Parts: sequence; C-alpha cells; structure tokens
Amino acid sequence: MSALRDLYQQVILDHNKSPRNFRVMDDATKKVEGYNPLCGDHYTIYLRMTGDIIDDVSFTGAGCAISKASASVMSSMLKGRTKSDADALFASFHLLVTGGVNDEAGLERLGKLAAFAGVSEFPARVKCASLAWHTMHAALDDGATAVSTE
Amino acid sequence: MHTVEKQPAEDLMDRFLAVRGCRHHFPLLRQRVNGKPLVYFDNAATSQKPQVVIDAIMRYYEEENSNIHRGVHYLSERATQAYEAVRVKVQHFLNAEHRHEIIFVRGTTEGINLVAHSYGRRNVGAGDEVLISAMEHHSNIVPWQILCEERGAALRVIPINDAGEIILEEFERLLTPRTKILALTHVSNALGTVNPVKAMIASAHARGIPVLIDGAQAIPHMKVDLRDLDADFYTFSAHKVFGPTGVGILYGKSALLASMPPYQSGGDMIKSVTFEKTIYGDLPYRFEAGTPNIGGGIGLGAAIDYINELDMSGVAAFEHDLLAYATQAVGVVKGLHIIGTAKEKAAVLSFVIDGVHPHDIGTILDDEGIAIRTGHHCAQPVMRRFGVPATARASFAFYNTREEIDVFVGALHKVIEVLS
Repeated sequence: MSALRDLYQQVILDHNKSPRNFRVMDDATKKVEGYNPLCGDHYTIYLRMTGDIIDDVSFTGAGCAISKASASVMSSMLKGRTKSDADALFASFHLLVTGGVNDEAGLERLGKLAAFAGVSEFPARVKCASLAWHTMHAALDDGATAVSTE
Repeated sequence: MHTVEKQPAEDLMDRFLAVRGCRHHFPLLRQRVNGKPLVYFDNAATSQKPQVVIDAIMRYYEEENSNIHRGVHYLSERATQAYEAVRVKVQHFLNAEHRHEIIFVRGTTEGINLVAHSYGRRNVGAGDEVLISAMEHHSNIVPWQILCEERGAALRVIPINDAGEIILEEFERLLTPRTKILALTHVSNALGTVNPVKAMIASAHARGIPVLIDGAQAIPHMKVDLRDLDADFYTFSAHKVFGPTGVGILYGKSALLASMPPYQSGGDMIKSVTFEKTIYGDLPYRFEAGTPNIGGGIGLGAAIDYINELDMSGVAAFEHDLLAYATQAVGVVKGLHIIGTAKEKAAVLSFVIDGVHPHDIGTILDDEGIAIRTGHHCAQPVMRRFGVPATARASFAFYNTREEIDVFVGALHKVIEVLS
C-alpha cells in the first residue's frame, strides 16, 4: 500500500483532477501528438516559442492519472524556460522515474517533479509518466509530428 | 450459457461441484503477488495450465523429443505418433469429419492469416467484399484489410448495438452477391458477447458464402461441435484453453482446403522437389511447412484430455454462476459501468469507472494481487463504438471463485478511495 500511496501522491491526484494548461492553443508554433498504443493514452502538446524561449505550453487529450498529471506538471514547469532548460528537466525526470535519483538533495532539486519518484517502483507505468515529456521533446526538436512510446 | 438448461438439475450440480474442486490442479494459482493471494482474472488473455499439461510437455522433452515425419528411428516414430494422435484428439474434440481437416498452426492469428492469404487471394477479387463484425479482435480485421487492399476489394462491417450484440437485420442486408467470405468471432474478447454463429453461418450458406469463425474465446467456455455449426473454417489457440502458447488449430472443410494453394512453403509440406517443379503434399501437411511446435502440440493434447474429463457443461454452468455473481457484485461500485451487456455472454466482465482511467484501476488491483487486463484488448474499433479509450476487463475461468470476486470488488472500492 505504501508503494501505491507513493505512486498516487497528492500532487499527482490533484493535477489529474484539475489539469493545468489543459486547452487548445490557437497560436502555437509547435504542436505534436503523443500516443501510447499499449494503453490508448493520447495527448497533443502545444508550444509557443519565441526564439529559444518557451512562452506558453498547453495540452489536450486523455489517459491515466499518471500520464495526465505528468503532462500537467510539465506544462506548469516549462513556461518561460529555454529549450536547453527543457531538455535538462526531461533528462532529470527520466532519471527520476527510472529509479536513478535516490538522495534527498537530488529530489529537492527536482521540485514538483519529485512527486513522480514513486513511478520507478512500477516499471509498467514509466511510459505513462514519460509520454508528455517525449512528446514535448519531439516538438522542440522540430522533427516529428507524432510520437509513440511503443 | 445456453447449454445449461438442457442438463438435469442434479446431474448438473454434481458437475458443478466437480469443477469447483479443480483449482488445485493449477500450480501457478498457489502463489502470492504483492503479499496477497493471487487472484487471476486475466483468463481471456491467457489461461493457466493444469499440472497434467505441464507434465506432458516435460515428459515429451525428457522421453520423446525428436523431429517428426522424417526419421526411421525409434524416437522420431514415437514423437510422430504422439503428435499425430493429438490431431485425431482435436478432430474428435471439435467433432470434425476428417483428421486431415485439422491443421496445426501457431495460434488463432496464424489460422486467420492462413485463410486470408490462401483462400482469400484465390477467391477475393476487385469489387468483391469481405464481411466482418464490429466486435472483431485486430487479428480478424487486419489480415482481411490487407487482403482487400491488395485485391481492390472492400471490407464491410456488421454493426453492433449498445449491448454489444450483432444487429442481425444489418447482417442480413450486408450479405450480397459480392460477399466472398464472412469472418466472425464466436465470442468477443472485449465484450464477452456470444454470437449466434450457427444461425449466421446458415444465412451466409444460403447465399453460398463461406464462413470463418474465430473461436479463440469460445473454446475455453463451451462445447463446440463443428458438424452442428457447419463452419467452413474454425480456428483457436491452445494457450487460451489451458494448453501452451505457440500452438493452435485451424479447421477447414476438406473440399475448401483441397482447393487452396499453400500458405507457407518449405520442408514437410512437399511430395517431391526438383528445381523445375515441386509437388505439394496432401492435406493436412500441405499447410504445415517446417518443423512444428511438437512439444506444444503434445501439451494441447493433454489440455484436451483434461477438459474432456472435466465436462464442458459443468464448466459452462460454473462460469455462468461466476459471471452472474460478479455482474451483480460490481453493481454496488459507484460510477462503474459494464461495457458489453449482451443476453448471451461468456465469462468476461469489461467495465469503466467514471473519472478513473482503466490503467490506474489495473495498477491498484495489482497491488492487491489481482491480475486483470486494461487497455483496448486489441479491439480498438470496439472501444470507439462505446466511446471509451480503454476498459478494465476481468475474465474468469472455472478455477476462479466467488470469494475471489469479493476480493476484487473490495479492491474496486479501494480504487475509488485512492483516486478521489
């Protein structure tokens, strides 16, 4: 039960219930779809970029609590950041959900993202937590218009 | 199940009780998961194996392993006899007319692919139609889609109603002179619906249309009599019916199989090969290129012996009781909706809970030691039909119990507690 409580932390439940930046962005400069065919999770991530700066982030779509909360927390953290900030956050997040962050100081640096530490105990859910991040990363990289975590 | 009423009540009660005593035949079910006794409700994905099946496979590799149909030595002869005996066993199990109508394949998916490639390519042309239903598994959609694209034919889909039942009037309308084959599931893996395949086969035959039945979800739950159903092709997987993975059966009527070109080619399916010409083998070997899954076939034989001893009418009665009990028990869970409420249903309970994604249900149930399937069940068109991205699915076998359903319902309450 404690592993389960660690997975479904209050931050995650809250963002799942009331996702932030959950809207279509009409003036987006980048728009990429992310899809997990295994479970049917499906999101669209919108970015409005000015040069290297992420002015605005939003998302739409549907999926499990972990994937939706992850998209929501991500969107609230990326506004005003640069592309390289976003890449660095993605790398830290990935390390976190795959069990690579084990010390208090490391968790502290991650801020709100630390709520996803429990995901590492549930290997089947790592893809749920990472879907929005992979999608955002693809949008920043210009290449794809759709990504899949399978 | 419709077979239930035909049994005298007392006799049926004996069979019912006999089935209830079978759980200990399945060693895997004795384990604990996450500190809780395992509740295995993912039987529609794959069934667990009784000890007799595990033993038969082990004995084969310990005592008989050899390649079949080609050696003059003792072991090859023994393995060939054991493997071919399973073919006859399957023939009787399905009440097929001839042993050469029973073809070993890897599973249901390969069975359907074989028919789509071999029968389909020869008989479906430009402007023709292939008819399937809206509740098919991807394995009974994609092979036909590929065939239709290749041949310039059209894939037609019989719609289903809100209960998840075929709309029979629409079905009748969709049978046209252009329809070259009807490919239909016997039981829906995502909804549990048992289709009236016998009547539908008769309707198709009245217009000269052959019928393939995907029996993957039917064989574990009911007695299937092919001479009664009159299906032209029928296919199932061993692993769903308490046998091993990697082996299955395609039944085809003699006359149809005889008219079909080979599907895969190579060793074991030939009479003679020269660089100028190859003469194909007779049925059923013409469709069995390469060394088959011999050990798997032996395991399937043991599984059929096990089921025959168990008696399918007892199994059906027991599972009917489990499904009715579960359907009623989940009624108290707030915001839970059952997807698939057909009058004739196999032991499958597909559901959604308001505001909770099935994947989260699956994780929380797993924490309680309960294994269910969550997702689209390889039936994305069914999910779209019901307007859900995915469902949670509990599917039962005769080794499950009412007590496990109580544990399951308790865990569903916990899902709501955790996620709200």
